[in-house]
Amino acid sequence: MNAIRLVAVFAENKPGQTARVTRILADAHVNIRWTTIANSGSFGVLKFLVDNCDLACQCLREKGLMVSTLRALAVEVPDKPGTLNAVAESLAAEQINLDNTSGFVANNKAILIIETHDLERARAVLEQKGWRVLSEAELLNI
Amino acid sequence: MFWDIDHETMDRSALERIQLERLQQTVRRLANRVPFYKMKLAEAGVTPDDIKSLDDLRRLPFTTNADLRDNYPTGLLAVDLDNVMRLHTSSGTTGKPKAIFFSAGDINRAADLIARCFIMTGVRKGDVFQNMMTYGLFTGALVMHYGAEKVGCLVIPAGPGNSERQLLLMRDFRTTVIHLTPSYALYFAGFLEKNGVDPKRDLALRRAFVGAEPHTEETRLKIQESLGIEVYNSYGLSEMNGPGVAFECIHKTGMHLWEDHYLMEIVDPQTGEPLPEGATGELVLTTLTREAMPLLRYRTRDVTSIIPGKCPCGRTHRRINRITGRTDDMLIVRGVNIYPQQIERVLMAMPGLGHNYLITLSGLDEMTVKVELAEAAFDGNVEHLVQLQNQIVEKLRAEILVKPKVELVQPGTLPVSEGKAKRVIDQRVL
Repeated sequence: MNAIRLVAVFAENKPGQTARVTRILADAHVNIRWTTIANSGSFGVLKFLVDNCDLACQCLREKGLMVSTLRALAVEVPDKPGTLNAVAESLAAEQINLDNTSGFVANNKAILIIETHDLERARAVLEQKGWRVLSEAELLNI
Repeated sequence: MFWDIDHETMDRSALERIQLERLQQTVRRLANRVPFYKMKLAEAGVTPDDIKSLDDLRRLPFTTNADLRDNYPTGLLAVDLDNVMRLHTSSGTTGKPKAIFFSAGDINRAADLIARCFIMTGVRKGDVFQNMMTYGLFTGALVMHYGAEKVGCLVIPAGPGNSERQLLLMRDFRTTVIHLTPSYALYFAGFLEKNGVDPKRDLALRRAFVGAEPHTEETRLKIQESLGIEVYNSYGLSEMNGPGVAFECIHKTGMHLWEDHYLMEIVDPQTGEPLPEGATGELVLTTLTREAMPLLRYRTRDVTSIIPGKCPCGRTHRRINRITGRTDDMLIVRGVNIYPQQIERVLMAMPGLGHNYLITLSGLDEMTVKVELAEAAFDGNVEHLVQLQNQIVEKLRAEILVKPKVELVQPGTLPVSEGKAKRVIDQRVL
Protein backbone atom coordinates (compact mmCIF):
# COMPACT_ATOMS: atom_id res chain seq x y z
CA MET A 1 0.00 0.00 0.00
CA ASN A 2 1.21 3.46 -0.80
CA ALA A 3 1.52 4.87 2.69
CA ILE A 4 4.29 7.22 3.71
CA ARG A 5 6.08 7.19 7.05
CA LEU A 6 6.29 10.22 9.28
CA VAL A 7 8.69 10.49 12.19
CA ALA A 8 6.93 11.63 15.38
CA VAL A 9 9.00 12.93 18.29
CA PHE A 10 7.77 13.72 21.79
CA ALA A 11 9.04 17.00 23.23
CA GLU A 12 8.34 19.11 26.24
CA ASN A 13 6.85 22.47 25.41
CA LYS A 14 9.74 24.71 26.39
CA PRO A 15 12.31 26.81 24.56
CA GLY A 16 15.04 24.93 22.76
CA GLN A 17 13.24 21.64 22.22
CA THR A 18 12.69 22.02 18.48
CA ALA A 19 16.28 23.19 18.13
CA ARG A 20 17.49 20.14 20.01
CA VAL A 21 15.57 17.70 17.85
CA THR A 22 16.44 19.35 14.56
CA ARG A 23 20.10 19.64 15.52
CA ILE A 24 20.24 15.85 15.86
CA LEU A 25 18.71 15.47 12.40
CA ALA A 26 21.03 18.09 10.92
CA ASP A 27 24.09 16.39 12.39
CA ALA A 28 22.98 13.12 10.83
CA HIS A 29 22.49 14.87 7.44
CA VAL A 30 18.84 13.93 7.44
CA ASN A 31 16.87 16.18 5.13
CA ILE A 32 13.51 17.35 6.45
CA ARG A 33 10.98 17.66 3.62
CA TRP A 34 7.94 18.58 5.64
CA THR A 35 7.14 19.23 9.30
CA THR A 36 4.39 20.15 11.74
CA ILE A 37 4.47 20.73 15.46
CA ALA A 38 1.39 20.09 17.55
CA ASN A 39 1.41 21.43 21.10
CA SER A 40 -0.87 20.56 23.94
CA GLY A 41 -0.07 22.39 27.14
CA SER A 42 3.18 21.12 28.61
CA PHE A 43 4.19 18.91 25.73
CA GLY A 44 4.05 18.60 22.01
CA VAL A 45 4.66 16.22 19.16
CA LEU A 46 6.95 17.15 16.28
CA LYS A 47 6.32 15.36 13.02
CA PHE A 48 8.68 15.12 10.11
CA LEU A 49 8.77 13.71 6.62
CA VAL A 50 12.44 12.96 6.03
CA ASP A 51 14.54 11.48 3.28
CA ASN A 52 15.80 8.72 5.55
CA CYS A 53 13.22 7.63 8.07
CA ASP A 54 15.19 4.75 9.61
CA LEU A 55 18.31 6.84 10.12
CA ALA A 56 16.30 9.69 11.63
CA CYS A 57 14.58 7.37 14.13
CA GLN A 58 17.83 5.70 15.08
CA CYS A 59 19.68 8.98 15.71
CA LEU A 60 16.85 10.47 17.73
CA ARG A 61 16.50 7.33 19.86
CA GLU A 62 20.23 7.23 20.49
CA LYS A 63 19.94 10.71 21.95
CA GLY A 64 17.24 9.52 24.30
CA LEU A 65 14.22 10.95 22.54
CA MET A 66 10.90 9.21 22.40
CA VAL A 67 10.18 8.42 18.78
CA SER A 68 7.42 6.72 16.90
CA THR A 69 6.64 6.34 13.20
CA LEU A 70 3.23 7.14 11.81
CA ARG A 71 1.69 6.05 8.53
CA ALA A 72 -0.05 8.65 6.44
CA LEU A 73 -1.30 9.14 2.88
CA ALA A 74 0.27 11.65 0.52
CA VAL A 75 -2.20 12.59 -2.20
CA GLU A 76 -1.43 14.62 -5.26
CA VAL A 77 -4.38 16.84 -6.14
CA PRO A 78 -5.03 19.64 -8.65
CA ASP A 79 -3.86 23.07 -7.48
CA LYS A 80 -7.20 24.84 -7.96
CA PRO A 81 -10.18 26.12 -5.92
CA GLY A 82 -12.45 23.46 -4.44
CA THR A 83 -9.95 20.61 -4.36
CA LEU A 84 -9.65 20.23 -0.60
CA ASN A 85 -13.41 20.43 -0.35
CA ALA A 86 -13.79 17.67 -2.93
CA VAL A 87 -11.39 15.45 -1.00
CA ALA A 88 -13.11 16.15 2.30
CA GLU A 89 -16.56 15.52 0.83
CA SER A 90 -15.60 12.22 -0.68
CA LEU A 91 -14.05 10.96 2.56
CA ALA A 92 -16.99 12.26 4.58
CA ALA A 93 -19.36 10.37 2.32
CA GLU A 94 -17.61 7.18 3.45
CA GLN A 95 -17.65 8.21 7.13
CA ILE A 96 -13.86 8.45 7.20
CA ASN A 97 -12.57 10.84 9.84
CA LEU A 98 -9.44 12.93 9.26
CA ASP A 99 -7.14 13.01 12.28
CA ASN A 100 -4.55 15.42 10.98
CA THR A 101 -4.27 16.95 7.59
CA SER A 102 -1.88 19.43 6.07
CA GLY A 103 -1.04 20.52 2.56
CA PHE A 104 1.56 22.29 0.51
CA VAL A 105 2.39 23.14 -3.07
CA ALA A 106 5.74 22.12 -4.52
CA ASN A 107 6.85 22.33 -8.16
CA ASN A 108 3.31 23.19 -9.19
CA LYS A 109 1.99 20.07 -7.51
CA ALA A 110 -0.48 20.29 -4.64
CA ILE A 111 0.09 17.61 -2.00
CA LEU A 112 -2.14 16.69 0.91
CA ILE A 113 -0.75 14.71 3.83
CA ILE A 114 -3.62 12.85 5.44
CA GLU A 115 -3.55 11.01 8.74
CA THR A 116 -6.54 8.85 9.48
CA HIS A 117 -7.34 5.70 11.42
CA ASP A 118 -8.66 4.15 8.29
CA LEU A 119 -5.78 4.43 5.83
CA GLU A 120 -6.81 1.51 3.65
CA ARG A 121 -10.35 2.71 3.00
CA ALA A 122 -9.24 6.32 2.59
CA ARG A 123 -6.74 5.29 -0.06
CA ALA A 124 -9.37 3.31 -1.95
CA VAL A 125 -11.78 6.26 -1.92
CA LEU A 126 -9.14 8.73 -3.09
CA GLU A 127 -7.89 6.51 -5.88
CA GLN A 128 -11.39 5.78 -7.02
CA LYS A 129 -11.92 9.53 -7.39
CA GLY A 130 -8.85 9.66 -9.60
CA TRP A 131 -6.39 11.29 -7.23
CA ARG A 132 -2.95 9.79 -7.09
CA VAL A 133 -1.72 8.42 -3.75
CA LEU A 134 2.05 8.76 -3.74
CA SER A 135 4.56 6.32 -2.35
CA GLU A 136 7.21 7.62 0.02
CA ALA A 137 9.80 7.52 -2.76
CA GLU A 138 7.52 9.41 -5.13
CA LEU A 139 6.77 12.06 -2.55
CA LEU A 140 10.44 12.55 -1.74
CA ASN A 141 11.23 13.04 -5.42
CA ILE A 142 8.76 15.80 -6.08
CA MET B 1 8.74 -21.26 67.02
CA PHE B 2 10.37 -18.93 69.57
CA TRP B 3 13.91 -17.75 70.14
CA ASP B 4 13.21 -16.28 73.56
CA ILE B 5 9.78 -17.55 74.58
CA ASP B 6 9.90 -15.99 78.05
CA HIS B 7 10.35 -12.49 76.76
CA GLU B 8 8.36 -12.85 73.56
CA THR B 9 5.20 -14.09 75.28
CA MET B 10 5.62 -12.27 78.57
CA ASP B 11 2.30 -11.04 79.93
CA ARG B 12 1.70 -7.34 79.50
CA SER B 13 2.01 -6.35 83.16
CA ALA B 14 5.39 -8.05 83.53
CA LEU B 15 6.49 -6.52 80.24
CA GLU B 16 5.45 -3.08 81.43
CA ARG B 17 7.35 -3.56 84.69
CA ILE B 18 10.51 -4.30 82.73
CA GLN B 19 9.85 -1.33 80.46
CA LEU B 20 9.51 1.06 83.39
CA GLU B 21 12.62 -0.26 85.10
CA ARG B 22 14.64 0.05 81.91
CA LEU B 23 13.25 3.50 81.13
CA GLN B 24 14.23 4.74 84.58
CA GLN B 25 17.75 3.39 84.16
CA THR B 26 18.02 4.94 80.70
CA VAL B 27 16.91 8.39 81.86
CA ARG B 28 19.27 8.26 84.83
CA ARG B 29 22.24 7.31 82.69
CA LEU B 30 21.48 10.02 80.14
CA ALA B 31 21.08 12.69 82.84
CA ASN B 32 24.45 11.71 84.27
CA ARG B 33 26.46 11.07 81.17
CA VAL B 34 25.18 13.04 78.19
CA PRO B 35 25.30 16.85 78.56
CA PHE B 36 22.80 17.28 75.73
CA TYR B 37 20.17 15.21 77.55
CA LYS B 38 21.06 16.76 80.90
CA MET B 39 20.20 20.12 79.38
CA LYS B 40 17.06 18.85 77.61
CA LEU B 41 15.74 17.22 80.79
CA ALA B 42 16.41 20.40 82.75
CA GLU B 43 14.56 22.44 80.12
CA ALA B 44 11.61 20.05 80.36
CA GLY B 45 11.75 20.29 84.16
CA VAL B 46 12.09 16.53 84.62
CA THR B 47 14.51 14.67 86.84
CA PRO B 48 15.12 10.90 86.66
CA ASP B 49 13.20 10.53 89.94
CA ASP B 50 10.09 11.94 88.29
CA ILE B 51 9.71 8.85 86.10
CA LYS B 52 7.38 6.81 88.27
CA SER B 53 5.18 5.18 85.66
CA LEU B 54 5.17 4.64 81.92
CA ASP B 55 2.72 7.53 81.64
CA ASP B 56 5.56 9.82 82.67
CA LEU B 57 7.17 9.04 79.34
CA ARG B 58 5.25 11.91 77.80
CA ARG B 59 7.01 14.36 80.11
CA LEU B 60 10.34 13.50 78.52
CA PRO B 61 11.73 15.62 75.70
CA PHE B 62 11.72 14.42 72.09
CA THR B 63 14.93 13.68 70.21
CA THR B 64 14.94 14.63 66.54
CA ASN B 65 16.90 13.95 63.44
CA ALA B 66 18.40 17.45 63.82
CA ASP B 67 19.57 16.66 67.36
CA LEU B 68 21.55 13.71 66.03
CA ARG B 69 23.16 15.87 63.38
CA ASP B 70 23.89 18.74 65.77
CA ASN B 71 25.58 16.35 68.17
CA TYR B 72 27.72 14.75 65.48
CA PRO B 73 30.20 13.14 65.93
CA THR B 74 30.22 12.01 69.57
CA GLY B 75 27.82 14.33 71.42
CA LEU B 76 25.24 11.66 72.23
CA LEU B 77 27.67 9.02 73.39
CA ALA B 78 26.82 7.65 76.87
CA VAL B 79 29.93 5.50 77.30
CA ASP B 80 33.64 6.15 76.81
CA LEU B 81 34.83 5.67 73.26
CA ASP B 82 36.96 2.76 74.58
CA ASN B 83 33.75 0.88 75.16
CA VAL B 84 32.34 1.45 71.68
CA MET B 85 32.76 -1.51 69.40
CA ARG B 86 31.25 -0.24 66.21
CA LEU B 87 30.21 2.90 64.38
CA HIS B 88 27.44 3.00 61.81
CA THR B 89 26.02 6.03 60.09
CA SER B 90 22.53 6.68 58.86
CA SER B 91 21.90 5.98 55.20
CA GLY B 92 20.78 8.06 52.31
CA THR B 93 20.76 11.64 53.47
CA THR B 94 23.11 14.32 52.29
CA GLY B 95 25.38 16.54 54.34
CA LYS B 96 26.51 15.48 57.80
CA PRO B 97 25.66 11.87 58.63
CA LYS B 98 24.14 10.70 61.89
CA ALA B 99 26.63 8.67 63.90
CA ILE B 100 25.27 5.58 65.65
CA PHE B 101 27.47 3.81 68.21
CA PHE B 102 27.26 0.22 69.40
CA SER B 103 28.88 -1.31 72.47
CA ALA B 104 29.65 -5.04 72.50
CA GLY B 105 26.42 -5.53 74.44
CA ASP B 106 24.45 -3.44 71.93
CA ILE B 107 25.64 -5.59 69.04
CA ASN B 108 24.79 -8.72 70.94
CA ARG B 109 21.30 -7.49 71.80
CA ALA B 110 20.59 -6.29 68.26
CA ALA B 111 21.65 -9.71 66.94
CA ASP B 112 19.45 -11.37 69.53
CA LEU B 113 16.42 -9.45 68.28
CA ILE B 114 17.20 -10.49 64.73
CA ALA B 115 17.38 -14.09 65.91
CA ARG B 116 13.85 -13.67 67.30
CA CYS B 117 12.73 -12.36 63.91
CA PHE B 118 14.32 -15.23 62.00
CA ILE B 119 12.89 -17.94 64.22
CA MET B 120 9.50 -16.19 64.21
CA THR B 121 9.29 -16.61 60.42
CA GLY B 122 10.38 -20.24 60.50
CA VAL B 123 14.11 -19.93 59.76
CA ARG B 124 16.26 -22.52 61.57
CA LYS B 125 19.81 -23.75 61.90
CA GLY B 126 20.48 -25.46 58.58
CA ASP B 127 18.99 -22.63 56.55
CA VAL B 128 21.29 -20.87 54.11
CA PHE B 129 21.00 -17.11 54.40
CA GLN B 130 22.15 -14.99 51.46
CA ASN B 131 22.42 -11.39 52.60
CA MET B 132 21.84 -9.19 49.55
CA MET B 133 21.92 -5.86 51.42
CA THR B 134 24.73 -3.33 51.46
CA TYR B 135 27.53 -4.09 53.91
CA GLY B 136 29.36 -1.11 55.32
CA LEU B 137 28.28 1.98 57.19
CA PHE B 138 24.65 1.09 56.60
CA THR B 139 23.25 -1.05 59.45
CA GLY B 140 20.98 -3.15 57.23
CA ALA B 141 23.31 -5.97 56.26
CA LEU B 142 25.62 -6.32 59.25
CA VAL B 143 22.99 -6.44 61.97
CA MET B 144 21.06 -9.12 60.07
CA HIS B 145 24.32 -10.98 59.47
CA TYR B 146 25.04 -11.23 63.20
CA GLY B 147 21.50 -12.35 63.95
CA ALA B 148 21.62 -15.05 61.27
CA GLU B 149 24.85 -16.38 62.75
CA LYS B 150 23.20 -16.59 66.16
CA VAL B 151 20.44 -18.73 64.71
CA GLY B 152 23.07 -20.97 63.18
CA CYS B 153 22.41 -20.30 59.51
CA LEU B 154 25.11 -20.62 56.92
CA VAL B 155 25.56 -16.95 56.08
CA ILE B 156 26.57 -15.80 52.61
CA PRO B 157 27.54 -12.10 52.82
CA ALA B 158 26.82 -11.48 49.16
CA GLY B 159 25.97 -7.78 49.35
CA PRO B 160 23.70 -6.24 46.72
CA GLY B 161 23.99 -6.27 42.93
CA ASN B 162 25.85 -8.55 40.53
CA SER B 163 22.84 -10.70 39.84
CA GLU B 164 24.83 -13.35 37.94
CA ARG B 165 26.92 -14.00 41.02
CA GLN B 166 23.86 -13.93 43.29
CA LEU B 167 22.31 -16.61 41.14
CA LEU B 168 25.48 -18.68 41.10
CA LEU B 169 25.70 -18.61 44.91
CA MET B 170 22.01 -19.33 45.26
CA ARG B 171 22.22 -22.35 43.01
CA ASP B 172 25.47 -23.84 44.22
CA PHE B 173 24.84 -23.40 47.95
CA ARG B 174 21.08 -23.99 47.88
CA THR B 175 20.18 -20.65 49.49
CA THR B 176 16.88 -20.81 51.38
CA VAL B 177 16.54 -17.28 52.78
CA ILE B 178 17.38 -13.94 51.21
CA HIS B 179 17.43 -10.42 52.60
CA LEU B 180 17.12 -7.54 50.16
CA THR B 181 15.27 -4.37 49.27
CA PRO B 182 11.86 -4.77 47.61
CA SER B 183 13.04 -2.96 44.49
CA TYR B 184 16.00 -5.31 44.11
CA ALA B 185 13.70 -8.30 44.71
CA LEU B 186 11.53 -7.21 41.79
CA TYR B 187 14.55 -6.57 39.62
CA PHE B 188 16.06 -9.93 40.53
CA ALA B 189 12.82 -11.76 39.71
CA GLY B 190 12.95 -10.15 36.27
CA PHE B 191 16.58 -11.16 35.92
CA LEU B 192 15.76 -14.81 36.67
CA GLU B 193 12.97 -14.80 34.13
CA LYS B 194 15.20 -13.29 31.46
CA ASN B 195 17.76 -16.01 32.11
CA GLY B 196 15.25 -18.81 31.96
CA VAL B 197 15.53 -19.64 35.64
CA ASP B 198 12.37 -20.91 37.30
CA PRO B 199 12.96 -20.28 41.01
CA LYS B 200 10.48 -22.98 42.04
CA ARG B 201 12.18 -25.60 39.88
CA ASP B 202 15.82 -24.51 39.92
CA LEU B 203 16.37 -22.89 43.32
CA ALA B 204 15.79 -23.78 46.98
CA LEU B 205 14.50 -20.35 48.05
CA ARG B 206 11.75 -20.38 50.64
CA ARG B 207 11.74 -16.97 52.31
CA ALA B 208 12.70 -13.38 51.71
CA PHE B 209 13.06 -10.57 54.20
CA VAL B 210 12.45 -7.25 52.57
CA GLY B 211 13.11 -3.89 54.12
CA ALA B 212 14.90 -0.54 53.98
CA GLU B 213 12.34 0.87 51.54
CA PRO B 214 8.66 1.51 52.15
CA HIS B 215 6.58 -0.69 49.89
CA THR B 216 2.99 -1.70 49.40
CA GLU B 217 1.16 -4.97 49.92
CA GLU B 218 0.88 -5.22 46.11
CA THR B 219 4.66 -5.22 45.87
CA ARG B 220 4.92 -7.99 48.47
CA LEU B 221 2.45 -10.15 46.57
CA LYS B 222 4.30 -9.53 43.33
CA ILE B 223 7.61 -10.66 44.88
CA GLN B 224 5.99 -13.70 46.47
CA GLU B 225 4.44 -14.75 43.22
CA SER B 226 7.43 -14.13 40.98
CA LEU B 227 9.92 -15.90 43.27
CA GLY B 228 7.52 -18.50 44.65
CA ILE B 229 8.45 -17.73 48.25
CA GLU B 230 7.10 -16.23 51.46
CA VAL B 231 7.99 -12.57 51.87
CA TYR B 232 8.16 -10.95 55.31
CA ASN B 233 8.13 -7.25 55.95
CA SER B 234 10.58 -5.80 58.44
CA TYR B 235 11.04 -2.43 60.07
CA GLY B 236 14.08 -0.77 61.49
CA LEU B 237 16.17 2.35 61.34
CA SER B 238 19.83 3.01 61.96
CA GLU B 239 19.01 5.26 64.89
CA MET B 240 17.42 2.20 66.57
CA ASN B 241 20.17 -0.34 65.77
CA GLY B 242 19.00 -0.93 62.22
CA PRO B 243 16.75 -3.79 61.15
CA GLY B 244 14.81 -5.98 63.55
CA VAL B 245 12.99 -3.31 65.53
CA ALA B 246 9.75 -4.83 64.28
CA PHE B 247 9.15 -7.88 62.11
CA GLU B 248 6.29 -9.94 60.78
CA CYS B 249 5.53 -13.39 62.13
CA ILE B 250 4.09 -16.14 59.93
CA HIS B 251 0.62 -14.60 60.17
CA LYS B 252 1.79 -11.47 58.32
CA THR B 253 -0.69 -9.24 60.09
CA GLY B 254 1.57 -6.37 61.04
CA MET B 255 5.06 -6.29 62.52
CA HIS B 256 5.73 -7.22 66.16
CA LEU B 257 7.76 -4.44 67.71
CA TRP B 258 10.09 -5.72 70.44
CA GLU B 259 8.70 -3.80 73.35
CA ASP B 260 11.17 -5.04 75.96
CA HIS B 261 13.87 -3.16 74.01
CA TYR B 262 11.95 -0.24 72.55
CA LEU B 263 9.12 1.86 73.96
CA MET B 264 6.75 2.91 71.23
CA GLU B 265 4.34 5.78 70.99
CA ILE B 266 2.26 7.13 68.14
CA VAL B 267 2.06 10.92 68.20
CA ASP B 268 0.43 13.65 66.19
CA PRO B 269 3.28 14.79 63.92
CA GLN B 270 2.23 18.43 64.22
CA THR B 271 1.58 18.76 67.93
CA GLY B 272 3.64 15.89 69.31
CA GLU B 273 0.64 14.81 71.41
CA PRO B 274 0.41 11.04 71.97
CA LEU B 275 -2.44 9.41 70.07
CA PRO B 276 -4.59 6.48 71.24
CA GLU B 277 -3.89 2.89 70.16
CA GLY B 278 -5.07 2.30 66.62
CA ALA B 279 -4.72 5.92 65.48
CA THR B 280 -2.36 6.72 62.65
CA GLY B 281 0.52 9.07 63.38
CA GLU B 282 4.26 9.33 63.77
CA LEU B 283 6.11 6.46 65.41
CA VAL B 284 8.24 7.62 68.34
CA LEU B 285 10.74 5.19 69.86
CA THR B 286 12.76 5.18 73.08
CA THR B 287 15.61 2.73 73.47
CA LEU B 288 15.40 0.70 76.66
CA THR B 289 18.53 -1.40 76.60
CA ARG B 290 21.05 0.55 74.60
CA GLU B 291 24.36 1.30 76.31
CA ALA B 292 26.46 3.30 73.89
CA MET B 293 23.83 5.68 72.60
CA PRO B 294 20.42 5.60 74.26
CA LEU B 295 17.81 7.86 72.69
CA LEU B 296 14.70 9.28 74.31
CA ARG B 297 11.48 9.61 72.33
CA TYR B 298 13.15 9.61 68.95
CA ARG B 299 10.92 11.04 66.23
CA THR B 300 11.23 8.41 63.50
CA ARG B 301 9.13 10.47 61.03
CA ASP B 302 7.61 7.15 59.95
CA VAL B 303 3.84 7.09 59.78
CA THR B 304 2.05 4.00 61.06
CA SER B 305 -0.41 2.82 63.68
CA ILE B 306 -0.45 0.25 66.47
CA ILE B 307 -2.67 -2.73 65.72
CA PRO B 308 -4.91 -3.39 68.70
CA GLY B 309 -5.54 -6.94 69.83
CA LYS B 310 -3.61 -10.17 70.14
CA CYS B 311 -1.77 -12.04 67.44
CA PRO B 312 -2.53 -15.75 67.06
CA CYS B 313 1.21 -16.48 67.25
CA GLY B 314 1.09 -15.87 70.99
CA ARG B 315 3.57 -13.02 71.16
CA THR B 316 2.46 -10.24 73.46
CA HIS B 317 4.54 -7.55 71.80
CA ARG B 318 2.18 -5.30 69.91
CA ARG B 319 2.25 -4.99 66.14
CA ILE B 320 2.59 -1.94 63.95
CA ASN B 321 1.18 -1.55 60.48
CA ARG B 322 3.18 -1.23 57.30
CA ILE B 323 4.80 2.24 57.12
CA THR B 324 2.53 4.39 54.99
CA GLY B 325 4.65 7.52 54.73
CA ARG B 326 7.19 9.84 56.27
CA THR B 327 6.07 12.87 58.25
CA ASP B 328 8.78 14.99 56.74
CA ASP B 329 7.43 14.01 53.33
CA MET B 330 3.93 15.13 54.20
CA LEU B 331 2.72 18.05 52.14
CA ILE B 332 -0.09 20.38 53.03
CA VAL B 333 -1.66 21.64 49.84
CA ARG B 334 -4.76 23.82 50.01
CA GLY B 335 -5.24 22.60 53.55
CA VAL B 336 -5.15 18.92 52.63
CA ASN B 337 -2.50 16.57 54.03
CA ILE B 338 -0.88 14.63 51.22
CA TYR B 339 1.84 12.00 51.27
CA PRO B 340 3.94 11.57 48.12
CA GLN B 341 3.39 7.81 48.51
CA GLN B 342 -0.28 8.33 47.67
CA ILE B 343 0.72 9.95 44.41
CA GLU B 344 3.25 7.21 43.76
CA ARG B 345 0.64 4.49 44.25
CA VAL B 346 -1.64 6.08 41.64
CA LEU B 347 1.16 6.57 39.12
CA MET B 348 2.63 3.09 39.52
CA ALA B 349 -0.76 1.49 38.94
CA MET B 350 -1.30 3.23 35.59
CA PRO B 351 -0.21 1.74 32.30
CA GLY B 352 1.81 3.92 29.96
CA LEU B 353 3.93 5.52 32.65
CA GLY B 354 7.51 4.99 33.73
CA HIS B 355 8.81 4.71 37.30
CA ASN B 356 10.02 8.27 37.79
CA TYR B 357 8.04 11.28 38.90
CA LEU B 358 8.56 14.67 40.52
CA ILE B 359 6.12 16.74 42.53
CA THR B 360 6.58 20.51 42.43
CA LEU B 361 4.71 22.95 44.62
CA SER B 362 4.80 26.53 43.49
CA GLY B 363 3.06 29.89 43.62
CA LEU B 364 0.02 29.79 45.85
CA ASP B 365 -0.43 26.10 46.52
CA GLU B 366 -0.20 24.92 42.93
CA MET B 367 0.82 21.30 42.58
CA THR B 368 2.47 20.02 39.44
CA VAL B 369 3.23 16.34 39.00
CA LYS B 370 5.77 15.54 36.32
CA VAL B 371 5.80 11.93 35.30
CA GLU B 372 7.91 10.07 32.80
CA LEU B 373 6.12 8.28 30.01
CA ALA B 374 6.86 4.66 29.26
CA GLU B 375 8.61 4.30 25.91
CA ALA B 376 5.89 2.02 24.59
CA ALA B 377 3.13 4.50 25.37
CA PHE B 378 4.14 6.94 22.64
CA ASP B 379 2.47 6.33 19.31
CA GLY B 380 3.01 9.81 17.90
CA ASN B 381 -0.58 10.81 18.63
CA VAL B 382 -1.08 13.98 20.67
CA GLU B 383 -4.68 13.05 21.43
CA HIS B 384 -3.69 9.83 23.16
CA LEU B 385 -1.22 11.68 25.32
CA VAL B 386 -3.84 14.24 26.28
CA GLN B 387 -6.24 11.45 27.23
CA LEU B 388 -3.57 9.79 29.36
CA GLN B 389 -2.80 13.10 31.02
CA ASN B 390 -6.46 13.71 31.84
CA GLN B 391 -6.82 10.23 33.29
CA ILE B 392 -3.86 10.83 35.59
CA VAL B 393 -5.32 14.14 36.77
CA GLU B 394 -8.64 12.47 37.56
CA LYS B 395 -7.13 9.50 39.41
CA LEU B 396 -4.87 11.77 41.44
CA ARG B 397 -7.74 14.08 42.31
CA ALA B 398 -9.76 11.11 43.54
CA GLU B 399 -6.85 9.96 45.73
CA ILE B 400 -5.49 13.20 47.20
CA LEU B 401 -8.57 15.44 46.88
CA VAL B 402 -6.54 18.18 45.24
CA LYS B 403 -6.48 18.65 41.50
CA PRO B 404 -2.87 18.76 40.37
CA LYS B 405 -1.42 19.83 37.07
CA VAL B 406 0.12 16.86 35.32
CA GLU B 407 2.98 17.10 32.87
CA LEU B 408 4.12 14.15 30.83
CA VAL B 409 7.84 14.11 30.24
CA GLN B 410 10.25 12.02 28.28
CA PRO B 411 11.79 8.93 29.92
CA GLY B 412 15.14 9.60 31.52
CA THR B 413 14.69 13.33 32.03
CA LEU B 414 13.74 13.41 35.72
CA PRO B 415 16.38 13.03 38.44
CA VAL B 416 17.21 9.34 38.81
CA SER B 417 16.20 7.64 42.02
CA GLU B 418 19.17 6.18 43.85
CA GLY B 419 17.84 4.93 47.12
CA LYS B 420 16.14 7.94 48.60
CA ALA B 421 15.16 10.02 45.64
CA LYS B 422 14.17 13.67 45.69
CA ARG B 423 10.52 13.50 44.75
CA VAL B 424 9.25 16.83 46.00
CA ILE B 425 10.34 20.38 45.27
CA ASP B 426 8.59 23.04 47.29
CA GLN B 427 8.91 26.51 45.78
CA ARG B 428 5.82 28.01 47.36
CA VAL B 429 5.98 31.57 48.58
CA LEU B 430 3.48 31.57 51.41
